[in-house]
Formats: sequence, structure tokens, C-alpha cells
Amino acid sequence: MKTDITLTINGDAVREAVEPRTSLADLLRDNLQLTGTHLGCEMGACGACLVMLDGAPVHACLVLAVQASGHKVETIEGLNERGLIKDLQEKFHDRNALQCGFCTNGMLMSAQALLLDNPTPSRPEIREALSGNYCRCTGYEAIVDAISATAKMRSGQAGEAS
Amino acid sequence: MIPSKNHIGQSHRRKNAFRHLAGRGRFVTDLALPRMVHAAFVRSPMAKGNIVELDVSEAAAASGVVRVFTAETLNHTCVPWTGTLDHFAGMQSGAQNMLASNEVLWVGHPVVMILAHSRAEAEDACELVMLDIEDEDAVVDGDAALVKGTPLAAEGINSNMCFQTVLETPDLDDAFTRSAHVVEGKFTFGRHTAVTLEPRAIIADFDPSTGQLDVHHGTQTPYQFQDVYARHFGLSEGRVRVIAPDIGGSFGMKLHVYHEEMAAVAASLMLGRPVRFVADRLESFVSDIHARDHRVTARMALDAEGGILAMDVDDMTQIGAFSSYPRTSVAEGNQVIRLMGAPYQMPDYRGRLSVVFQNKVQTSQYRAVGHPIACAVTEALVDRAAELLDLDPFEIRRRNLLADDAYPHISATGYQFEKLSHQASLEKLHQMIGYEALRAEQIALRKQGIYRGIGIAPFVEITNPGAAFYGIGGARISAQDGAVIRLTPAGDVHCAISVTEQGQGTETIIAQIVADQLGVTPDQVKVTTGDTDNTPSGGATWACRGAGIGGETALRAGRKLQAQILTLAGEILQADPMHLALASGAVVDKTTGQERITLAEIGRIATYRPDTLPKGSDNSLTAAQHFAPSGYPFDFTNGIQASHVEVDIETGVTRLLKHWVVEDCGRIINPLLVDEQIRGGVVQGLGPAFFEECLYDDMGQMTNASLVDYLVPMAGEMPDIEIAHIETPTLDTILGAKGVGEAGTAAAGAAAMNAVNDALRPLGARISQTPMTPLRILTALGHV
Ligand code: FES
Ligand code: FES
Repeated sequence: MKTDITLTINGDAVREAVEPRTSLADLLRDNLQLTGTHLGCEMGACGACLVMLDGAPVHACLVLAVQASGHKVETIEGLNERGLIKDLQEKFHDRNALQCGFCTNGMLMSAQALLLDNPTPSRPEIREALSGNYCRCTGYEAIVDAISATAKMRSGQAGEAS
Repeated sequence: MIPSKNHIGQSHRRKNAFRHLAGRGRFVTDLALPRMVHAAFVRSPMAKGNIVELDVSEAAAASGVVRVFTAETLNHTCVPWTGTLDHFAGMQSGAQNMLASNEVLWVGHPVVMILAHSRAEAEDACELVMLDIEDEDAVVDGDAALVKGTPLAAEGINSNMCFQTVLETPDLDDAFTRSAHVVEGKFTFGRHTAVTLEPRAIIADFDPSTGQLDVHHGTQTPYQFQDVYARHFGLSEGRVRVIAPDIGGSFGMKLHVYHEEMAAVAASLMLGRPVRFVADRLESFVSDIHARDHRVTARMALDAEGGILAMDVDDMTQIGAFSSYPRTSVAEGNQVIRLMGAPYQMPDYRGRLSVVFQNKVQTSQYRAVGHPIACAVTEALVDRAAELLDLDPFEIRRRNLLADDAYPHISATGYQFEKLSHQASLEKLHQMIGYEALRAEQIALRKQGIYRGIGIAPFVEITNPGAAFYGIGGARISAQDGAVIRLTPAGDVHCAISVTEQGQGTETIIAQIVADQLGVTPDQVKVTTGDTDNTPSGGATWACRGAGIGGETALRAGRKLQAQILTLAGEILQADPMHLALASGAVVDKTTGQERITLAEIGRIATYRPDTLPKGSDNSLTAAQHFAPSGYPFDFTNGIQASHVEVDIETGVTRLLKHWVVEDCGRIINPLLVDEQIRGGVVQGLGPAFFEECLYDDMGQMTNASLVDYLVPMAGEMPDIEIAHIETPTLDTILGAKGVGEAGTAAAGAAAMNAVNDALRPLGARISQTPMTPLRILTALGHV
């Protein structure tokens, strides 16, 4: 039995009929072909599926699509197109803070959420904030560097982070 | 001689990173094809048993189900595969096929394949399969497996010993008799697994109207799979195309043949429509290859001054019910016994290897095959010797590491080293970590009850393998790579190459190398990888051959095209090509550097106005090159790592404070990418040293098969990792590059174990089992 849901995804009104068991991640990936949201564990452990739900990062694998009805969802595609994370993306690029790129969506979501919450995080705070994000390819250090550099730039401090 | 050093050696950023940062990666998991169906598998819930009843009728009738396959209906389409190699004399393994027919041999062994319109429907139908298995005694423990009377772990083998070998120098026993000191130890290295963030994924797409099989496959070795699919399903190779787009991590795990991928291909051939299989994380834990799982007994003989005379090593490794295909599960142990003592001037050696079957999922090649085990054992013994002789860990290594002018050198285990830089690396590390200050701090902190440790571990890494790895054993795994480079009509450059990209930056470094040969910028070079229809055949990316072999291939192809362009330019300009060179996107005068004609103009003339060329001139702007190493059998790299840790002796919890690496991978093509490769490798070495372990109970059930229970290192637990380089290019190639991808993994665990033991030393405790969990550390301390 499918249920009708309406929600806002990346600023667009979306109306879909989904099964009650359809996860938000499956809605995004399968129904809407927004494949930037990745699935690494489907149990809330790896962070590859993070999206913004009403501005806060949530695991799209753990949220049911029906639960997201009436809410605002922003995916990596949306953040990218709106240019909201351009600086983060550039710092990630400078620092080669990604290899295979599978974790990258989740890393950017966590980073963005952290910097909105704490504009001047210390390195240990950044590492702590990534405690729900697995990366299997990098040594994490480049990701920490990239976030730290973005924080410095956003908060107007001169110079690059190490 | 590199004609232009503009781009080789520069920290260029990766162009393909933009796609990933924008959420526009294209993974197999992202692909949806018309008519596609989804596969799910019913798997054995027990480690060993006989299938006594299997009824799929209810599942076949379930909603959304397209087809249900069992061994009876599927296996006949595929020639079974056997994971043995001829050069491992006496090696045995049972033949494998897609679905279990009579016996199930590990928890997770696939029994039934269900295809449905969605994965959810396929999973629902799996619940409706009636599968009755009569339990049998599982072979769980490797030592027990070898006891007489223990049941066999699989069909088609005559004992649970898969392979056994001994490597020995004639004077080994004499060395131990002569020695002033002997140190020894027993070590246990747990089973762990790759945990690529993207699980295994495949979409097999057979079109009966053309006889073409396209396989979109998350793999690092597309050509190998083109060959495997063609041979095992009786297809002509030319009609099999394997496409490996973006791959979400591989690390050696995605180059083995798996039951589910073969089944997806078989089903697509039978149904004539695309079949998709994507492992979920639970399936990954019970079907991806696992790694390591060694028990090692080792001793080391030393003279009175602490000079290493010999090692005597016994490695028992447990590989599951089958040897994996086509590379075998023996390669890891074989490398363990050959890498022992590798950095040292050690004249004598004996290594015994026993590879044992058991009822668990297969173990096989994973990042830094064998290296971490050999390195951890060797370095633990060197540290014990230092302690016994009251020598500093740096000092004992100074006395024993191969001298930097001692090359070429052949190790006691038969490896030929062209040129390594152990002593220089040791000194560089000593400075880099501020050793004296760290020691002073350690002593001061101990008085406050804070236990810190410093551990070091030199290593060698095997890179750039030729045919000696697999080819001579009869495996159809390419020992060469190929590149086709062309100048487009507009003067851009395209390079199609057989080495593949899984995020290491292959495409970027190839562009840099090609750019330098053709006098263009890397941005002007488009690189295509991972498609057997559009790139020349080759071994692709494994065992650290991407830069060393792939890079050399690209360089030589680039030079060939350079010569063609210069010849053509000479004809157009009526000049001697010897006096011309390529720079800044143009043909220039070699001595003055003055531009004579642009590449775009050459492209235009050759493509649109060949009629204006002198009669008989060759207007082809494409060069193909294949390259296989022919000098040393492998290009060894070397380096050394240091780990600084703090052990909480009340809780057994270890905090990693800092990690350092000095690495010599020959010519560095891109420092930015090399450093991150090393850091990633270090984390994959530290993971199994502290966290990662596939745990099994006595019945052979894996008890932590989820990403919640299986611990993977996270950002908060990992230290900052400082890296320094020494460059000793190989003279075997023009490029001089060696590999680097496994160096980090090779020695990180060894350095960490030495560091933990250094911290525990004043308490009289020692640990020799990984992962070094808090409980094991507390046990070592005698607290539990
Ligand atoms: S897929 Fe959602 S956290 Fe891993
Ligand atoms: S870049 Fe591969 S998982 Fe992070």
C-alpha cells in the first residue's frame, strides 16, 4: 500500500507515492535519482547517507520517507547547486580530502553542520564532530585540515590552516 | 632523462574530485538500466551442514519475484573455478560454483538466488524459502583442523592443509648454535576485512539480440573479469565488456571472484536482462574476503653485539573453506614468510608456512598482502633483542639495517633489492620525531603514572610486480599494462590506459606524465580508465603497479606520440625533427624555444587537410604502447614508521598521539596524492592493530557482522600523521617510480605494537596479539 507524501527537496516541492518502509535514502536515490546520497551500512553507522532535514544532518537510511513528509530536505546536490558549500568543496579539493569519494557527501554534511554550530572548531572538535562518518580511504587528516581551513576562512582569519 | 619536469613531481589536485564533491560520482550502485532486476541471496545460517530440503515454490510465487535459482538450475551454466596456482607445489582447494549444492561450508554461503523487481521484494521472497540443513561439525580453528580425525572443511580436498612450504638457508641451525642471544615470541593476528565504504556491486547486462554481455562492475581489475566471464560462461572475449566506473574503495577486496557476481552474470545470460546485485553491509561481512588470520611462532638469533644472524619462523594461516580465485589464498602467507627480516642484513633464515582450511568465509589478498604480519613479527623480535641487550631501538636498527651502499642485495628469503635507503630513513625519522625529547618526556610522565610508548618499524614494500606473481603459476592475470594516446583534431590529448582509478589519483598522475611528454598541461589531457572496450588490456591497479607500471606505460606512449608529432611537424615545416621539441601546446625550436606551429594546427592539418602533407607522410596522431617490467622481478620500496601512544593502565584503552612515516617510493609524481595515500594506508594498518576483528564463536558463527559491532577507525581515534620522503628512483624504468599504496599499511601496526609494548615495559607486561583491545591489554597487565 503506497502513501502519498509531499516534501521540499532542495527547494523544490516533491509529491511521491511511497511504501511505508521506503527510507528517505531510497526515496532520494531510487525515486528521484539524487544519487549523491550514498549508502554504506543502512544502519546509521557510516554517515555516507547524511542529508539535511530542516537544516540538521540526519541519516537518510534511518529516516522513513513518510516521516520526512512535510519537511525540508537538502541533499548534496542542493547544497552544491546553491553554492552553499563552495568554500568547503574547494578546501577539500586543495587538501585532497577525498579519494574514492563515497564518504564525501556525508563528510561535507557533517562539516557544514559543525561550522554552522561552531564556527571556530579546534582540530579535536572537528575529529569529534566526524564521529559518525567513516572514511576508508583517507587518513582523516586531510578532511580535518580542509574543515579547519574553511572555518578559518569563514571566520575571516588570515592564512591557511596547516 | 625526463625531457620536461613541469608536471611530474607537482602537487596537482585531482580533477575528478570535483564530481565527487558535487555529489556527482557515478558508482555502479547509482546505475539503473531498463528491464533491470534485483538479486538477493538466501545464505547458509550455519558454518557446515548438509542441505536436506530446499523448497523455493512459495518464494517463486511471491509478489515481484521474477525468477528463483538454485544450484540445480543455475550452476550448470558456469565452469567451476578452483583457486590454485601451479607454482605453489602441492596446493589444493575444492572446486567452487555459484550456489551451494549439497553442502554449505560457511555462514553466508549462498544457496538460493532470487530475482525481483526490487531488492526489497527479493529479500521478502528470501524469507519464504524453506531451507533445511542438517548441522555438521564445523572446522573453526586452524590448529584443530590439522588434528587427525578432524572432519574435512570442504568437499574435494584430502586434508585440511591447503598448502605447506619451507624456505631455508643451509646454515640456519648453525647460526642459532653460534648465536650469543636468542629472542622469541608467539603472535596472533586477527581476521579482519576490507570494509570498503561502497559494498560490492555489479550489474550484468546480457543482450541476446547481439550476444553482447556488458558488466558494470565495481572492481579494480576489469580485464581480469572480462577474461573470467568469457571463459567460465563460454563467451567470446570480444563480446564481453567490463566497465568499472567510480569505485567506492577496493583495497584488493574487489579483485577476487565472488559467488554472487558470477551468479548475477549467469542470471543475466539466462534472462537476457540486466541483473543487479549490491551487497548490503551484513552480506559484505559474510561474503567479502577476510584478511590475515595468522598464528606465528618466531625466534631470532643474535651475536653478542646485537647483530641479527637468523630468524626461524612458523606461520599458520587460516583461509576459510576454499582458496580464493584466481589469485589463491596462499599468496598472503607466502609473502609473510618471504618478507620476514627483509630490511636487515640477516644471512640465515627458515620460514615454514601452513595454510589451513576452516569453515569460514575465504581470506585473501587485501592491502599490503603479508607485509603487516612479517613486519610486526620481525620488529617485535628486534625490540625484544634491544631490550635484552640494553640497546636503544634506534641503535639496534642502525647496527642491522642494510647499509645504503650495500646494493644490489639478495635477502635470505631470495628477494633481490635494487637499491633501498634504510639507514637514511632511520636517521630522518630520528630527527623528525625529536626522539631524545620524546624519551625524556616519556620518563618524566611515567613518574606521574602516565604510560606512553614510542615504537618504530622499518619496512620494505613489494611494488611493480611482473609475471612472477601470478602469471608463472598459470593465472590469467595480466603482467603488463597498455596505453593509447592520441592528439585530437583540436590539439587536445586523450589517453586511454589500463590502470584503474579507485581514488588514488591514477587519472591525475597519468595526465601529469603524459603532459610532460607532449608539452601540454595536465588539464589538456583527458584520461579514460576502467572500460575494457575503450582502453587497452592490462593488469590494472593492484599490488602498487599503477604509478610504476601504468605511469611508465603512459610515459613511453607519450614519447612515441611525441616522436610522431615531431616527424609530422618536420614534414610540415620542412625542418629536421631533431631540432624541434614540444612545449606550451606547440612545436618549438629546440634551441631557441620559439614557437613553430601549434598542436592544434598539426591536428587540423593531419585531420582535415592531409592532402597538403608531403606524399607518404603518416598523419596518424595516435600511439599505442604496452609495457611490462623486465628488470628486477619487483621494485621494492622502503621506509620506516614511528608510533607514539599512551596506554591507560586502568582501562586498557590506548590513545594514539602521533604517527610518523618516512617513505622512499622512488620518483614521486604527485606529493599531495602520495601523502594522502600513505595516510590512508596507515589508518588501514592501525585499524586491525587496535579495533578491527571478525569475531567467530565455537560454532563458526560470525558474531559481529555489522558496522555497529565491527569497529572501524574513526577520525577521533586516529592521530595526525606526519610524512617525509627520500627519493631513490628505480633505474629499471625511465620514470623511476615505484608504488606507495601499501606502505602505510605495511608497518603501521608493527610500529603501534612496539609502541604499546614500550609503554607497558616498566610494568613487566607485553602484548603480542592484534587487535590490541583494552581487554587484551588488561590481560597482559594481569588485571583480568
Ligand atoms: S548508510 Fe546511513 S549511516 Fe550508513
Ligand atoms: S574517500 Fe573513500 S571512503 Fe572516504
